Amino acid sequence: MNEALSYVSSFIYAAVLAGTPLLFGTLGEIITEKAGNLNLGVEGMMYMGAIMGFYAGYVTGSVALSLIAALAAGALGALIYAFLTVTLKANQNVTGLTLTIFGGGFANFIGENLILNSPTKSAVLSDAMKANLKSINIPLLSDIPYIGRMFFQHNIFVYLGIVLAIAAGWYLHHTRKGLNLRAVGENPGAADAAGINVTLYKYVHILAGGGLCGLGGAYIALITCAGTWTYNCVNGQGWIAVALVIFASWSPYKAILGSLVFGALSILRLYIPLNIPTALFSMLPFLVTAVVLVVSSVRMSKEKAQPKGCGVNYFREER
Amino acid sequence: MQNAKKWGSDVDQPVKQPNLAIELKGLTKTFGEVIANKDIDLTLKHGEILALLGENGSGKTTLMNMLSGLYRPDSGEIYVGGRLVDIRSPHDAIALGIGMIHQHFKLVDVLSVRDNIVLGTKSGGKSRAQLTAEIVEISERFGLSVEPDRKIYSLSVGEKQTVEILKVLYRGARILILDEPTAVLTPQETERLFEILRKMKQQGCAVIIITHKLNEVLSISDRVTILRKGHTIETVQTAQATMRSLTEAMVGQSVDLSIHRPEIEDAGRILDVHHLTVLNEENVKALNDVSFELHGGEILGVAGVAGSGQKELCEAIAGLQTVAGGAILHNDINLVGLTPRQIIKRGISMSFIPEDRLGMGLVGSMGMVDNLLLKEYQNQPGIFVDRKPPRKLAKELIERLSIVTPDVMTPVKQLSGGNVQKVLLGREIASNPRILITAYPVRGLDINSSMTIYRLINEQKAKGVGVLFIGEDLDVLIELCDRIMVLCGGKVTGIVNAKEATKEMLGLMMTGSSREEALSHAR
Amino acid sequence: MHAKANHQPLVRVVKRVGIPRARAIVYRILAVVLALVTGGIFLWALGQNPFTVYATMAQGAVGTTIALKETVKIAIPLCITSLGITLAFKMRFWNIGAEGQICLGAIAASYFALFHSDWPQPVLLTAMAVAGILAGGLWGVIPAVFKARFGTNETLLTLMLNYVASYIIQFLREGPWKDPGAMGFPKIAMFDKAARMPTVLGVHAGWIIALVLVALVFIYLKFTKQGYELSVVGENENTARYAGMDVRKIIVRTMFLSAAICGLAGMLQASGADKTLTDTVAGGVGFTAITVAWLSQLNPFAILLVSFLFGCLEKGSGTIQSLLNISPSAAEVLQGVILFFVLGSEFFIGFRVIWRKGGAVNE
Repeated sequence: MNEALSYVSSFIYAAVLAGTPLLFGTLGEIITEKAGNLNLGVEGMMYMGAIMGFYAGYVTGSVALSLIAALAAGALGALIYAFLTVTLKANQNVTGLTLTIFGGGFANFIGENLILNSPTKSAVLSDAMKANLKSINIPLLSDIPYIGRMFFQHNIFVYLGIVLAIAAGWYLHHTRKGLNLRAVGENPGAADAAGINVTLYKYVHILAGGGLCGLGGAYIALITCAGTWTYNCVNGQGWIAVALVIFASWSPYKAILGSLVFGALSILRLYIPLNIPTALFSMLPFLVTAVVLVVSSVRMSKEKAQPKGCGVNYFREER
Repeated sequence: MQNAKKWGSDVDQPVKQPNLAIELKGLTKTFGEVIANKDIDLTLKHGEILALLGENGSGKTTLMNMLSGLYRPDSGEIYVGGRLVDIRSPHDAIALGIGMIHQHFKLVDVLSVRDNIVLGTKSGGKSRAQLTAEIVEISERFGLSVEPDRKIYSLSVGEKQTVEILKVLYRGARILILDEPTAVLTPQETERLFEILRKMKQQGCAVIIITHKLNEVLSISDRVTILRKGHTIETVQTAQATMRSLTEAMVGQSVDLSIHRPEIEDAGRILDVHHLTVLNEENVKALNDVSFELHGGEILGVAGVAGSGQKELCEAIAGLQTVAGGAILHNDINLVGLTPRQIIKRGISMSFIPEDRLGMGLVGSMGMVDNLLLKEYQNQPGIFVDRKPPRKLAKELIERLSIVTPDVMTPVKQLSGGNVQKVLLGREIASNPRILITAYPVRGLDINSSMTIYRLINEQKAKGVGVLFIGEDLDVLIELCDRIMVLCGGKVTGIVNAKEATKEMLGLMMTGSSREEALSHAR
Repeated sequence: MHAKANHQPLVRVVKRVGIPRARAIVYRILAVVLALVTGGIFLWALGQNPFTVYATMAQGAVGTTIALKETVKIAIPLCITSLGITLAFKMRFWNIGAEGQICLGAIAASYFALFHSDWPQPVLLTAMAVAGILAGGLWGVIPAVFKARFGTNETLLTLMLNYVASYIIQFLREGPWKDPGAMGFPKIAMFDKAARMPTVLGVHAGWIIALVLVALVFIYLKFTKQGYELSVVGENENTARYAGMDVRKIIVRTMFLSAAICGLAGMLQASGADKTLTDTVAGGVGFTAITVAWLSQLNPFAILLVSFLFGCLEKGSGTIQSLLNISPSAAEVLQGVILFFVLGSEFFIGFRVIWRKGGAVNE
């Protein structure tokens, strides 16, 4: 019994760890889509956050600077996207895809150059910095048997992600700015006529979304890959995050659940004692995402749907 | 709520004619090559209703969009309350006390009425209950009624317009602009709206109402400014204007606005609709047990407020809509369940002119040739398309219907509304239909184009075609059609002989009264 | 806001009605030049001499016959895949799944290569090609059916299927198709001679197929009923239904063709270039091809040219790694930058920007 419980608790613990980058990416994309922009560049922005977060940590050894750099890099990627789609009215799909190609190339380019130029032919964070990324036990709560292990002995990212998700949910549904944002995403023409600065709202939220994706990327570089720069480290997690937005039906709260589920899927292999080839396990999150996409498209609902302005650029003087 | 006295905060500007709510001087706006407004002058006083009259495409909406901040003028000056202002966005317009009620409502469907009304304003930390109370207070003051918690998508068109009006009033607007507000209303609703406008006028508001309906101009406005092809033609006191003088000013020539109704011999029943029921996406009955007959050589009009099932009716007959029950018979063939392709293959020659021409019916980014190809490519042999026949047809249509286009390959979305409609109607008529279904065929067209369309429809009727004419202008329906069927909430409230119909009667039937009730009421 | 008498904004943006084709091309070329300049600044910031880098790339891509052959080899799958994607994109179906379709095509072709290597070469190669076309096509039909039936988001679904396809190869490599002769190392055996694409003029014959496909896709889109139908569906689905087109059938059919062409690219890659099946058989071609298709404005002849240029970029990036110690991911960065600039330049093709003339303009 006890053994089973501790098995489950360590499984959930690992699932939370694996799900956290997805949570950041999903939150970022939810906020972006709420502004009426479909940004398929999540993967790219995560890459940009990953490499810049890693690079800042590699050079300075500071966790705070690393986070700031990741945030800024993700937002920079989002800025390129926002400038092209909001100001220059470029196709959102293609711009997002390009951002993914660019971000991946950018991260691998810098990462490989770090490796090529390092004497040991590898790029690893300092031990001191890695120590700073260790888990923080929340007093009292972390001592609860099993539950404490599952939810209250994590690194700073995990807590930050959950706080941000709750804050985003609150922002969207209980503040005037959140209301304005939802209007911008649903019907930019109506929002504009109501006196809302559509362009400003779009820029701010696309950039905020990009920053969040950047943090998700930093998580992958610093935690998932344990502080060693790994080629192609994001490997599709950004895309899963985009799909999770649909799974979470654009709700930041549900994004927490969704990322936990998909985090669990991605580490299932280590916890299922069956002799199934690893490739099939690695395939699982993507396969399940595909199934989720199909299922959620079969049951469409009017209010839990993608904001209607998504994918279409707003031009005020459209006649 | 914002205070009405907000505007006029600039002290260093010369104040001229402070009694004028708005003065426009030499306003010009171009879109690409198109001059929408040229040197427009206009004045509006407090406590006045000004009608802005002009044909479709004369630049009325463009002009008002410059006042509401959606467009920015290329040149010219705008004075509000006597002060020169620069309106850069709707936000600026709102701050100046200008509110616009757009023809195509600017509402967010998934949000509640309350959320839509308060959207974009400062919250001031008010609770939902407080906001609701404020909204109720304003609506009572002007005799409006709304339910603040309902979602916009569940409202009728009339209710949506009420929300738009409240939105403007909530922002404390003292200058109201209404763009074709009556287009979607019944005569009774129109009268109610006019009452509200008069109440606003009494309270000192300045109102501009954009319209192309002359009788409305005469009944509601104090003065009327007439636009033609982007220019101001004249401004007159309504009391001194007549239908005739307004028409001439608006069209630029003396036109005969009467629509003919030739008497044609009944060519027999060609369409028999039995108990037709159609469900919409939310599984609500969009058409409920609709039955009627259509004869060859007649025009059967369909009246009803927007969204009463007109679209579903057309699309069900055209094979574009899943039907839940009933039958549509043509020569004993049941069309229910057939796709458009199958309908063509059965040799049933039917043409459908949908309401949103570029949304359905034409491909905006393709030229005339490829659009004409649409109807016939499937009958061509082999795997390749032959563009020679449609090219020939395109040239014929350009000649016959005087379509203005730079080239047969120019994307049709670049043509004017009238020309787009002529391309579509021309293609459909060229296929010699037996049944012609037209939904709002003159929407957005100027008077001359509209007259051409009526003439073409009458020509078809004379050839023995059965025409189903979905209309919105009751005057036109009464003049053009032989019989008029009225829809309300997906149900037929009655079918009347057009010669006996009156607007009031149709209006009552559009809101649910039966033919008999409406008749007795109208008397 | 009540400030000055000047009503004209500093910058106005006006939609254009049309622009001469030559001018649009000039804008795009200008965008590419600007992108290369930006890339140069990026390289310079990294301490490289951009001129040296670009010159090395050019030299590495087309400087020698051997290099040129390598470049063409890279361009072949790129060109074919772009042609495939073009069919779907013309229908506004965002097929991001070319990677997966290439993988499936390669897998199916490899089955015959590995287990029927005793067949005569022409028969074997034909079987491989047919298998690749069918498998790739069917892999593309999956998202098309869901899209047509339920409106499932095809962008994400095709994308997820990429990963699934790539893991299928990994699974085969580690299990059923593992080469027993590789001493435990998880790899698939090299193809027999009969299963390898013959070379013509020093490059595998895929280039001939690419050229033929350019013409075929051009004719298909421009002159056939099916090509006409798919553009109508792409431009306006309602009008397509109105005209009696079977929209679902057209979506599925077009996606089958689109994916089938990608599948053929996969077969050629396995048989002609790699001569075995690896999980990097697609190697990002599916994504690069999207860039190529978009840059070429879905024009088959432009695709031919652009995929050759991208081949140069990719080959050149390989050279700068070996000669200048710069990561080959530079190719992706440059691709991204080029496309960013071209996407931006579209704005100036669709809109006119009017700057305020000095002083107030009042007529």
